[in-house]
Amino acid sequence: MIDFTVVDLARLQFAATALYHFLFVPLTLGLSFLMAIMESVYVMTGREVWRRMTLFWGTLFGINFAMGVATGIVMEFQFGMNWSYYSHYVGDVFGAPLAIEGLMAFFLEATFIGLFFFGWDRLPKAGHLVVTWLVALGANFSALWILIANGWMQNPVGSTFNPDTMRMEVSDFAAVLFNPVAQAKFVHTVSAGYTTGAMFVMAISAWFILRGRHLDLAKRSMAVAASFGIASALSVVVLGDESGYVATEHQKMKIAAIEAMWHTEPAPAGLTIFALPGKDGNRFEVKIPWILGLMTTRSLDKEVPGILPLVEHAKDRIRNGMVASTDLDAIRKDPKNQEARAAFAKNWPDLGYALLLKRYREDIQNATPEQIDQAARDTIPDVGTLFWSFRIMVALGLYMIAFFATAFVLSSLHKLGNNRTLLKIAVWSLPVPWLAIESGWLVAEYGRQPWAIEGVLPTFYAASGLSVIDMLISLSFFLILYTALLVVMVILMVKTIKAGPGDYSMLEGAPDTDRLPQSAAA
Amino acid sequence: MNTIPLDYEILRLIWWALLGILLMGFAVMGGNDLGVGALLPFVARNDEERRVVINIVGPTWEGNQVWLVLGGGAIFAAWPALYAVSFSGFYLAMITILLALILRPVAFKFRGKMKDPTWRSTWDWALFIGGFVPALIFGVAVGNVLLGVPFDLDATLRASYTGNFFGLLRPFALLSGLLSVSMLVAHGAAVIALRTNGKVAERARLYGRAAALASILLFAVGGLWVSMMNGYAVTSVQDALGPSNPLYKTVSLVSGGWLSNYATHPWMIAAPVLGFVGSLLAFVGLSGRASKTALLGTTIAIVGTIATAGLSLFPFLLPSSIDPAASLTVWDASSSHLTLFIMLIATIVFLPIVLLYTGFVFRVMRGTVTPTSLGRNPNAY
Repeated sequence: MIDFTVVDLARLQFAATALYHFLFVPLTLGLSFLMAIMESVYVMTGREVWRRMTLFWGTLFGINFAMGVATGIVMEFQFGMNWSYYSHYVGDVFGAPLAIEGLMAFFLEATFIGLFFFGWDRLPKAGHLVVTWLVALGANFSALWILIANGWMQNPVGSTFNPDTMRMEVSDFAAVLFNPVAQAKFVHTVSAGYTTGAMFVMAISAWFILRGRHLDLAKRSMAVAASFGIASALSVVVLGDESGYVATEHQKMKIAAIEAMWHTEPAPAGLTIFALPGKDGNRFEVKIPWILGLMTTRSLDKEVPGILPLVEHAKDRIRNGMVASTDLDAIRKDPKNQEARAAFAKNWPDLGYALLLKRYREDIQNATPEQIDQAARDTIPDVGTLFWSFRIMVALGLYMIAFFATAFVLSSLHKLGNNRTLLKIAVWSLPVPWLAIESGWLVAEYGRQPWAIEGVLPTFYAASGLSVIDMLISLSFFLILYTALLVVMVILMVKTIKAGPGDYSMLEGAPDTDRLPQSAAA
Repeated sequence: MNTIPLDYEILRLIWWALLGILLMGFAVMGGNDLGVGALLPFVARNDEERRVVINIVGPTWEGNQVWLVLGGGAIFAAWPALYAVSFSGFYLAMITILLALILRPVAFKFRGKMKDPTWRSTWDWALFIGGFVPALIFGVAVGNVLLGVPFDLDATLRASYTGNFFGLLRPFALLSGLLSVSMLVAHGAAVIALRTNGKVAERARLYGRAAALASILLFAVGGLWVSMMNGYAVTSVQDALGPSNPLYKTVSLVSGGWLSNYATHPWMIAAPVLGFVGSLLAFVGLSGRASKTALLGTTIAIVGTIATAGLSLFPFLLPSSIDPAASLTVWDASSSHLTLFIMLIATIVFLPIVLLYTGFVFRVMRGTVTPTSLGRNPNAY
């Protein structure tokens, strides 16, 4: 029997480790590109300040990167450890992008990161620049493959359930790769990372300028970050819209919950800007007519379905899934039963809906109408949390567009360094991208509930058969270690920032040929 | 499915070999960093010496660790049943490895950021734990695989595990853990001896020789032990082209069964021979000043030992001690035919590129590490 305390603890652990890991990843994505841009300017102009910028931001990048590596390995191993049935059930599809991520992205990033730090005096200028770009490229490839994997969780295309092996198997790998949800998520997520990198550089540079320190380095850094920031912030929102559009095709329930829209409205639907969602409807709401329908369907006449009609639809799928489950039992009893195989081939896409009933009884074929109703209602995610985290994310996204647009204009007019108000705002805006990103994670992943794989595998059914003690031990170890490391990391970051750019002169005179320093020639 | 140019049986065999190669890749590449970490407090006795040792592996350890990440990903993709059962079954052991591995990247990066001696020695011990603990537990895990692991599968192939952490610490498994530690310590010692000089290198040779001898001894005792314990044998006909469902076969226990492959295929004896020869070579190399020979020796020892474990188990991947029929084998625990093929293509395309640039980075970073060479780089650890 499934132990729901274990499931809840496994979910808590996943959310905690993913949200934590995702504090570091976006900065890696953004800062690596910013460093590559700065070093490119250095190589093209030969001006020393750009090299110092690369090295200074590189030091902070290194501290952040170490935390990303430390927490990333937990993410990969966690599937097998806490989500054993998930690993069996979808490993055939989900494992492939993870493995390719290792082959194509992690190796690139992790192998060249060493050369980024240790290769300054061992590589020619252009050679080191290539290394920096490869690190940035590796980080972005890594995001691509992880989002192909994640996109499949949201929209499981290109795969079929195999009754002989009791799991999902790849039928069309190209469909998994070119999954529209994965593509949209990739651009949205990496742009969010670039915005984070830009804000990080803006805030710290502004802090230097306000104190009159390292002005040459800080002003140039700000100029780069302002233009990189406005481009990224715009693309997060524009391509975030793409992400929402895609979700209406495949994740209608998520959109309905984000909008706290309980009933299907005549097209085009209105956009709710304020609501207090309850169990069956909103206690209070403020709506702007038309906007939602236009945004999500890009038409005047297509309907956006509401939560309650979607629950009715889920009931049909559960009933059909119960038939699939009966067929599956027949195949298991007699693998040669061709009649059952033919029926199962038709009904399997609803098997996942029937598995929702496992929460209420083992023999799901005998579920009562009340249990079917309950299971169908389980398909509603937490409307209040979704509604508000989405709005927080969007508001912060719009704020960042306004911020970077202002900074960009002032920077173009060479007035950015003198505008103390904007500089102060920049310093205080440092946490904004992280808040937006973590809210975005909640919308995407908490909004996927009750599914681990949308429509295919309920989350509670995917966990390992571990004991509560096991889960408590692992969770508390992670929380203690992660908290301690975060404190240490912040202390080191602040110390490094306060110390400012160091003396990098011993790295000067990087050889232009492939000559090695004497100590290395021995 | 007849559009896939390689048949399912061949692909399963290839992926069994690739699983071995990836584990060897991690043990050889990442293993030298683990060995160096485990040796750190002993071969280097003051801050300057420790910086030298840390910076020997500093520029390359991150790339080396990806062999582990890739190993995990490849098991997930190619052997999902193995990934599901072993990662959840060895739960607290995996947690312990993870905690140790979380300490490593931050220890490397954070240690040099403050001058305080307590700060630095704390991270030195973190590096020791980050090297010693994974080296030990990976070995213990392999020992447990040979002993059989207490899991079963229900009709929906959901795994239940009845063991616990202390159940893993059986005498044979501990022996196997110690073998893993000695091999990796000898390996790390060879790297230190090769990359620096003076007292640190001297000490590394001393510890390395002891570790190489211990490896020979433990490997021999392990071999004798295996000849006396129960192995597993598939007693029904297993369809090498059939669906990956471990419940379609029967299995029985055979005393000394893990050695039966060597009787049927005598060439396999090359693997244990390499295990012994490698450690012997390492001992000889470390006794003289032939550090490159020693490194070649420890590499051969690691490859030979892992190959020995894999060949002895074949076709088993993970035997079940409480329900032998549920044991996972090469023929019933793999991914689908199509996934194995796609993953093979990805490996053929990307792995040579990885090897190429890894070789390049090692070439750029080659040379002796000394206190003087460290003074040049503010990015050094």
